Amino acid sequence: MKRKTIYGMSIIIIAVGMIIFGIFREEAVDVFNKAIRICLECIGIGWLL
Amino acid sequence: MKRKIVQAFSAIITNANIQGFLKGTIYKGKFKNICVPGLNCYSCPGALGSCPIGSLQAVLGSYKYKISFYVSGLILLFGGLLGRWICGWLCPFGLLQELLYKIPIKKVKLKGNLQKLRWIKYVVLAVFVIILPLFVTNIAGYGSPAFCKYICPAGTIEAALPLILADSSLLLGVGWLFFLKVSIALAVVISSMIIFRPFCRILCPLGAIYGWLNKISLYQMEIDTDLCTSCGRCQEQCKLDIEIYKNPTSAECIRCGECIPVCPTQAITSGIKFRKKPQSTEDKII
Repeated sequence: MKRKTIYGMSIIIIAVGMIIFGIFREEAVDVFNKAIRICLECIGIGWLL
Repeated sequence: MKRKIVQAFSAIITNANIQGFLKGTIYKGKFKNICVPGLNCYSCPGALGSCPIGSLQAVLGSYKYKISFYVSGLILLFGGLLGRWICGWLCPFGLLQELLYKIPIKKVKLKGNLQKLRWIKYVVLAVFVIILPLFVTNIAGYGSPAFCKYICPAGTIEAALPLILADSSLLLGVGWLFFLKVSIALAVVISSMIIFRPFCRILCPLGAIYGWLNKISLYQMEIDTDLCTSCGRCQEQCKLDIEIYKNPTSAECIRCGECIPVCPTQAITSGIKFRKKPQSTEDKII
């Protein structure tokens, strides 16, 4: 197997681990809560509605 | 042509909440738990998923976390698999810039010292996406999504303008910040007509991350050094002016693949390859 492929596979394995750990920490809930509200501050209009 | 179809399909799939554009509302379903691979504002009325850069700032700016394993993991997963192929094939804001580039006016290539502008996106990533949301917090401990707030033209074009068109009462909240963002968006739109994908090359923090991952992603461009004659036709064809025959893992390469068919010796290939190319017979004898 190529060295680059080994690095790529390692990154993917680490990434999957991070995603699972992040889900356990309920980070996805924070992402969801932010994404379901129109973020006026984000689009340059004002503060969170 | 094939790439344009994939780009259009990706833009439609990630912005399929059509009724949002009509009502001036956004999608609030379960898909918003997941980040899409490209830059696509989650306050866009059509957006079904979350923007990875917006989400990263949201978690970094949250008083609870300060490190985002979930969003960083998703970005690493996308980038580790495909690198900047995502920019070239999946990003809706990249498609918008490419369509603007089709307007038939004089084009300019970023050459020489202008190429150094690419370093700005790494500063944008470090300062606006990481440092400001982490360290500049309000009384409640929340950091500001500085990239979205002060720079992101995707948010202005994909979210602010459609929402204002659908609900004019939002104009009451318009101030200097909005005019700053509209100015940046206008600059990106106008420059996209004369320069190929200026936002992706100069400002995009997601492109900066995927650019790093281009070096090791499973999807790779490869040059067969036995076949390559260094004629430079690939670089002539490349709208990003990359010396692909010298540096096939360039952080700037969006893997559009336009260099592949013009190579006279078919030395350029792309794809996910797990095994090394077998050594030539001569090498084995030596």
